[in-house]
This record gives sequence, C-alpha cells and structure tokens, in this order.
Amino acid sequence: MAFLSYLIGGLGLGSVYAIIALGYSMVYGIAKMLNFAHGDIIMVGAFVAYFAISSFGLPVFVAVILSVVVCTILGVVIEKLAYKPLREASSLSVLITAIGVSYFLQNAAMLLWGTDTKIFPTVLSGSLTIGELSIPYLTLITILSCVVIMIVLTLFINRTKTGRAMRACSEDKGAASLMGINVNQIISITFAIGSGLAAIAAVLLCATYPSVYPTLGSMPGIKAFTAAVLGGIGSIPGAFLGGLFLGVIENLARAYISTQLSDAIVFMVLIVVLLIKPTGLLGKKVNVKV
Amino acid sequence: MKIVKSLFGPKTRGRTFSFALVIVAYVIISVLQSGHSIPRMITALLVPVCSYIVAAIGLNMNVGISGELNLGQAGFMSVGGFSAAVVNVVLSGVIGNDILRLAVCIVVGAIIAGFVGWLISIPVLKLEGDYLAIVTLAFGQIIMSLINNTYIGVDANGIHFAFINNTIQLAEGGKMVLSGPMGVTGNTVISTFTVGFVLILVALLIVYNIIYSREGRAIQACRDNKIAAETVGIRVSSTKTLAFVLSSALGGAAGALYMMNYASVAATKFDFNTSILILVYVVLGGLGNMTGTVIATSVLVLLPEMLRFLSSYRMLVYAIVLIVMMIVTNNEKIKTFFASFKKQKGAEAHE
Repeated sequence: MAFLSYLIGGLGLGSVYAIIALGYSMVYGIAKMLNFAHGDIIMVGAFVAYFAISSFGLPVFVAVILSVVVCTILGVVIEKLAYKPLREASSLSVLITAIGVSYFLQNAAMLLWGTDTKIFPTVLSGSLTIGELSIPYLTLITILSCVVIMIVLTLFINRTKTGRAMRACSEDKGAASLMGINVNQIISITFAIGSGLAAIAAVLLCATYPSVYPTLGSMPGIKAFTAAVLGGIGSIPGAFLGGLFLGVIENLARAYISTQLSDAIVFMVLIVVLLIKPTGLLGKKVNVKV
Repeated sequence: MKIVKSLFGPKTRGRTFSFALVIVAYVIISVLQSGHSIPRMITALLVPVCSYIVAAIGLNMNVGISGELNLGQAGFMSVGGFSAAVVNVVLSGVIGNDILRLAVCIVVGAIIAGFVGWLISIPVLKLEGDYLAIVTLAFGQIIMSLINNTYIGVDANGIHFAFINNTIQLAEGGKMVLSGPMGVTGNTVISTFTVGFVLILVALLIVYNIIYSREGRAIQACRDNKIAAETVGIRVSSTKTLAFVLSSALGGAAGALYMMNYASVAATKFDFNTSILILVYVVLGGLGNMTGTVIATSVLVLLPEMLRFLSSYRMLVYAIVLIVMMIVTNNEKIKTFFASFKKQKGAEAHE
C-alpha cells in the first residue's frame, strides 16, 4: 500500500514536470532553443496566483485563468523583445539571452515582491480513501489536468491548421515559410502555449508545495528540462512520458533510498537512459547524410 | 626576425596579446595595490577573478575549440576545490611553505578533476549536441549532490570518510575537512593574487600549446566537421576526450585556487548557476578566443561590484546588459559595420 501511495504521489509530481516539460519541448521543437527562462515564468505564474487568491480573495479558478493570461502575455513579450532579434544567431547566443531573461525575471521578482518566502493558501484539502489507500484530491486533479492538457495538445497539434503549421515549422522553417506559413506568428503561438502551460503548472506545483519565492522556478525548470530530454526533446508524448517517469523515480528514490540523494538518482537515471537510447525515450534518430 | 614572426605572425598574434594583456594587468594592479588605491571590494575579488578566468579558459577549450556545450564546469571546480581542501589539511604539517602547499593543492585538484572528467567523458562523448549538454548538467548536479552529503575528517590515523550521515569519530587533534551541507569549514586561506596570476599564465600556455599543436588542429577539425575529420584518419573520440579532460583539469585547478581563498565554502557554491555564469563569460568573450575570455570574465565578475551604486537594481541591470549585449553583437547591421571596418584595415595592410 505504501508503495502504491508513493507511486501515485510520484505521478502527481511527474504530472507537474510533464506540463512544464511540454512547454520546453514545444519551444525547442519549433524555435530550436533551450528556453532557460521557462522556469522563471512558472515563478511569475505562482506569484500572480498567490496575489490573486490571498490579496484579492479571488476564487482559485479565476486565479488560474488570470495567471495563465499574465504568463501567456509575458511569454510572447519576452519572445518578441529578446529572442526574435536573435533568430539568425548561433544557438549559444540565444541560450545566453535566455539566461539573461531568467536573471531579469528573478531579480525583478525580488524587487517587486521581496525575497521572503510566501505561503501559498490551501486551495484543496481532503483525500479520497479506497480501502487503506488514501489519495489527496489535489494529486488526482494534478494528474487529471496533465492528461487533459496532453490530449487537448495532441489534438491541437495533429488536427488543426495551426498545429499542422507548427509541425511544418519544426521540420523545416524555410520550406514552411515558402508554403505561406507565417513562421514568426507560429513561434509566438508556441511561446504563448508554453507559457500558459507553465502558469497552470505553477498553480498545481504551489498547491502541493505551498511556498512562493523568486527562485522558485529554477529547480522545477531544470527537472522539467531533464524530463523533456529524457522523453526525447521536441516530442510531445515524449515530454509527457519523461515527466511522469522522472516524477515517479524522484518520489520512489526519496521514499526508499535517500531524501538527500534523490536529485542525484534522478540525474543518474537520465544518464543511463541516454546511454541506452541516445535521443531519449521517444526521440527520433536523425541520420546525418554525407 | 624569426622571433618577431613567431610572436607577431598572423596566427600567433592573439597568443602574444593574451600574455601581454595578463602581464600588464597584473603589473598595473600590483602597483595600484601597493599604493592602496584599489577599493577593498575589488581587492577581495582579485583571486576569484583569477579563478573564474582559469575555469573559463578551460571551458572555452571545450565549448569554443572542441565545440561541445558543457553545462557542468562548476562540478569540476567543485571536485578540484574540495580535493584541494583535503590536501591542504593533510599537508599542513608536512609542507610549511604556504605557496608550495598551494601549488601542490592546485596540482592535485587539477589531476583529480581531470580524472573525474575522463571518467565522465566516456559516457558523455557518446552523445551529441543538446543531449551532451544535458548530461554534463546532470553530472554537475550529481557531483554537487554527492559532495553535499560527504563527510571527510583527518586525524592522526589517516583520512576518514562518511556518507549521508556523519559517523566520523575523530581521534584527539583531528579535524573535520568537509562536513556535508556545511561544506568546508576552518580552511586556512593561502591563495594569493600572484599565484592566481601565475595560474592564468600556465593555463594560457597549456591551452595555446595544445591549440597550435597537431592535436589542437585535430580537435578543431572534429568541431568543424566530424565526418570529414574521421575520413582523414582523426580518432574523433580520443581527440574530443583530450579537450574534455583538459577543460575539467583546468576547472579543477580553478576550483582549488578558489577554495583556498576562503575559510569556508559550501558545495552549493558550485551549482548550476556557477556553471552557467562561466559559460556566459566564455560566450561573451568569444568562442575559441582566449583573450576575449580573460577580458569578459574580468569585466563580468567585477561588473556587479561596479554597479553597486545602483544598490538593489544592480542584478537587474546586469541581466539587461547581458541581453542587450547579445542582441547588439548579433545585429546584422552592426556586424556588417565591423566587417567593413576590418576589410578596410586588411586592404590597407595589403598595400
């Protein structure tokens, strides 16, 4: 029973990672950049939701929507101001810019909201009891939202015209623009979706681990990035799978091996997986033509 | 004539300039320091600047010359630094001379970090591109996590290790070197600016000698086109390993120098952010450009101090400087402006 509850806890944590990883993976697939500022968008989302609930007394649902809207706008603005001028630049320059954006967001948050840790209000308590097993409602909702997001996103990518355009851009930007696709607009849409998802992840994360502070996003950001690579970066089902896998491993390692070493174990698993499958669980192997 | 050519030839001009720059900077700073005209804030940063420069030169070997993105340089600094801390305590009774002991610490730190780098390079260099980058990040995190849970004590009976829980019972007169999350405490500070300066010169000497050698050309060939390099008989994996090990060894030496400058350092000092910071120095200095690395590192380490008058806004300004610098240096118009300037200069030289 204990194992099952750790497993479900892991799936809950993994769902949050998966939602963040989806944002990483989509941006990577289309803009071919590692968006290190993604974790800090989570932080902004968490702060917005925190103030919406505890300062303005808004209902949780409204807070989530508000947080999604703010993060979406923020993501698009960042893309326009910082990343768009670097479309043709080397990937390292873009990486450094993303790091700059990450510093900027963290420090802006420190100035605006202070460095102290704020306690996120309890949004949902209680748990579902089946026999000896008790699962918090929050974990269920987290897993459920992750599955819903995954399904909606897959349908969006596969069935809509915009989704098709996104896939075209990730294959070949030049050819896509020759087919009349507005590549810049598609990249903006990708950033918007990724940042919106980050906001949802932020609320779910803070509901489970209720502390909000300016560097909140860095560790989940790194973990989600790891999850995206684990699943095969650029692949949406891969990000989903990688996130869940990572969350479960982390929770089980924490429960059965050592709390202090859980991070080391997570990264060790990543290395082992990449050694067996160098492009991640669901990544495509691209053969280089000479 | 030959000497002039070997110093100022078109290929070696960069090397001469690097050395000249470092030496002149050292002389100027030493003179100013003896006249007490440098603020204390800056003097306190002299050794860390040297340390970051060495680590960045090492990383540039990996990222710029070998072309592999490494997000875990701080991990190697950490390995070098903490090994050096142990060596420092063990040798404190054996070698009385601080400078000599520091030199031994740095060499041991570099060797151990180089060895760890070699171990890591076996799995890492099987991967490519961003997958390689994430694995170096993962190793950096693993190293930090392991050191954060390691306890090392030294007493008359030798060195004692413990993991996760501190179970070490030291004999009388024993000393804890590394105590888990607390890191190194009670370290004797022996680093000096002069040693840092010498270390930079040594690092530059090694790196330039490699770059201009047969191996260095092989490393650059692998970076530019792996398949073409393979077809002319270069062994890509061993060539890349050389660059990786050298990079980690320099990281280790830098870590040792850094560690010996503080009485206490925690393992979390060498986290992902430090790796990223060093990468920023390398990219802003220019990939493969060692002079640029030296300048960029010095400026960027001192920049937050110089921006102190902005008080709490300084890191915000630092972030904006970073973003603007990247956008400006990648702007097409500015690039063509500089390119035309260079061309003109080249044409004049031709006449």
